[in-house]
Amino acid sequence: MSDVLERPASSAPLDDGRLKIVGTRPIRPDGVDKVTGRALYGADLAMPGMLVGKVLRSPHPHARIVSIDTRKARALPGVKAIITGADFPELADEEYEAGESASNLRDLALNVMARDKALYNGHALAAVAATSSAVADEALSLIEVVYEVLPHVVAVEAAMADDAPVLHDKLFTGGLKEKPTKASNIAKRNEIKRGDLAAGFAEADVIFESRYDTAATHQGYIEPHACVASMASDGQCQVWSSSQGQFMIRTYCAKVLDIDASSIRVTPAEIGGGFGGKTTVYLEPLALALSRQSGAPVKMVMTRDEVFRASGPTSASVMTVRLGAKADGTLTAADVELKFQAGAFPGSPVGAASMTALACYDIPNFSIVGYDVVTNTPKVAAYRAPGAPISAFGVESAMDDLALTLGMDPIALREKNAVHDGTKASYGPTFRNIGYAETLEAIRSHPHYSAPLGPNQGRGVAVGFWFNVGGESTAAVNIAEDGTAMVITGNPDIGGSRASMAMMAAEVLGLPIEKVRPIVADTASIGFSMLTGGSRTTFAVGMAVTQAAQKIVEDLKRRAALLMDVSVDQVDWIYGAAVCTDVSKGKADLSLADLAAKSGQTGGPIGSQISLNAQGAGPGFGVHVCDVEVDPETGHVTILRYTAAQDVGKAIHPSYVEGQIQGGVAQGVGWALNEEYVFDTGGVMENAGFLDYRVPVASDLPMIDTVMVEVANPRHPFGAKGVGEVPIVPPLAAVANAVRGAIGKRMTSLPLSPPKIRAAIDAG
Amino acid sequence: MPHVVVACSSCRAFTGDVTTFDVEAATVREMIRELERRYPGFGEHIERKMAIAIDGEIHQDALFEPLRAESEVYLIPKIGGG
Repeated sequence: MSDVLERPASSAPLDDGRLKIVGTRPIRPDGVDKVTGRALYGADLAMPGMLVGKVLRSPHPHARIVSIDTRKARALPGVKAIITGADFPELADEEYEAGESASNLRDLALNVMARDKALYNGHALAAVAATSSAVADEALSLIEVVYEVLPHVVAVEAAMADDAPVLHDKLFTGGLKEKPTKASNIAKRNEIKRGDLAAGFAEADVIFESRYDTAATHQGYIEPHACVASMASDGQCQVWSSSQGQFMIRTYCAKVLDIDASSIRVTPAEIGGGFGGKTTVYLEPLALALSRQSGAPVKMVMTRDEVFRASGPTSASVMTVRLGAKADGTLTAADVELKFQAGAFPGSPVGAASMTALACYDIPNFSIVGYDVVTNTPKVAAYRAPGAPISAFGVESAMDDLALTLGMDPIALREKNAVHDGTKASYGPTFRNIGYAETLEAIRSHPHYSAPLGPNQGRGVAVGFWFNVGGESTAAVNIAEDGTAMVITGNPDIGGSRASMAMMAAEVLGLPIEKVRPIVADTASIGFSMLTGGSRTTFAVGMAVTQAAQKIVEDLKRRAALLMDVSVDQVDWIYGAAVCTDVSKGKADLSLADLAAKSGQTGGPIGSQISLNAQGAGPGFGVHVCDVEVDPETGHVTILRYTAAQDVGKAIHPSYVEGQIQGGVAQGVGWALNEEYVFDTGGVMENAGFLDYRVPVASDLPMIDTVMVEVANPRHPFGAKGVGEVPIVPPLAAVANAVRGAIGKRMTSLPLSPPKIRAAIDAG
Repeated sequence: MPHVVVACSSCRAFTGDVTTFDVEAATVREMIRELERRYPGFGEHIERKMAIAIDGEIHQDALFEPLRAESEVYLIPKIGGG
């Protein structure tokens, strides 16, 4: 079920009420291939003479690598290449922009392959390429590694302690006024503040404070990391890989291996889920290095165990939230502290978590302090709205308790303190064109919100925010000789971008959607685009597509004017045809097919390419309401009903937008109820498989209702805002708040697993 | 002239306790150059690590974005996503 709630007057430039395709629900252009198994994913490609690549991983969470002896493995028949950290160049300790944001190249390379130290259980130490999987496995067993096992630390607060084992001798806490003299696991401290915190709390009638923690969770994509790489004897490379960005793969491989980017051609495979976790490299540089040594193509596919142990989860965290409010619910102060596990290298999403923590609220006095803390666990990777769900869990749980303390309706409390157009966001800038109030109202007025509840049932509300981004993007539109069109972009299709790109082009060109074919091209066939992430593709790449199609329309008008013998200003483009506006001339309309057939006589092939750096992505807000029932005997939580409202700007393809919202909710429910990395005392993950690390399946969830609130983004030609990340922000707290309602007790530690709930019930 | 506000602690390593500036600048690049002149190293830090919100709209890598005399400019960390 879905509703669309529109503001009466849209300010989107092209949304004049006459849209034919944008806003409709055509079938997906990639659908047939995917449901018939023809779509090629990362592991599907096979090449003649291809070898199997496998990785030797550290059994220890923290160990100095004394030596690696590969002689026995090299002597094994069928082994064609073996690499270790010594096969990679030393990289500078500097940040380089490749994906969406800068990465430290040295850390990236050391995460791909360890050198002096193994920093987590699962850290890559060596890799082999062999003629079969069995030979590769045997070769791994013959590699002799001598370790000096070091003390390890997993928990974030333990890693912050003065006596904690230090992971990096040269890591000094950043963000302090004076550089520390002693290395630390605290990579960075960040702070955002406004007003006078003490005065704000002094002004409050009610103060609520609590501590919260969340477990590390994995993005849980079904498709493991996989690639095929081939380096020819002249140094020219080809990579086929499942990722969120073929250009990101190209850049990182070029940097890690110190080869020219133009020598690497990356072809994007279909992607079986990424959710931020495929915004970096793990296997691709290894496969290229193995191919370089062996002279043959190399395929590498992670096992599920490797995905969990060696690719990025998101952070575990510990938070404290303190809120002050007047008796009428007006927030006067907020004090938030966030401690985030970064894994083996700095770079947790604590910065974004800090910026989003209070973004839904207009609070005069606040302080948000965040800590980025390295631990002997896999380096975290982005996960949908990185960091925001975590801080929202703390803040929205506290807001729920504050509403209970004040005797206020939870939505009324949020409405009273909501940001609006003109409000200065907690992270600085002034909000413009936001639809938060409308989104709150959409849930308040939804039948779900007033539906009766039964015994052992509870209802929770939570809100969430994400910035959304734009960025560098390229799109090309080419017209075939029969007047059909191809739309070529450089972004893997994760959430339906093929459909939305084709729809925007079709809308501008005036073609039926069936006549527009979207293509995701390799890095040599289209200009650069940032990766698919940050909820940017429909917004930013869509802007490039629209401009490319508009450029073609201008060219078509020029060509039509030539053929009609009229001036170009007498030609308009109306629903796919050139029309002479001077009816006295009696000129017949010329369709796109007519003009394409005569392209040779009017200037040659018809096509255009636009490259731009899209700015002005509108921020998104979500408001969720969740009903649960808790079984008091077992502590099991059943999600009874879930409704999510979100300001989406303009839904280009509403079914995909609904899918994004529903997918975000499903992942958030898993994060709230089941998912967690469980480590033994030796720092080894105990549940590295989907049997023991339980993501929600269809039978765990009800139909997730969506309400799309459309407050147009004036910077996008059709008013679109990013939609993919906001929906994972509220569910953690929405579920926790519903459980609070069901059992009458506040649960502050995720996941809300049955044993924890039983313990809370039993505690009386 | 545009009013520039530093909203994160990483910038204070360059500016100390100063968090707001009035800068004579018609574009983002001119603003960055002027801040680099006042606080050596700060300009490079902005270019590499900061997004720039101009009158509420967040820009990344937009050196030539125009600034109005009354523009409100916030320097915030660059934003990625998942």
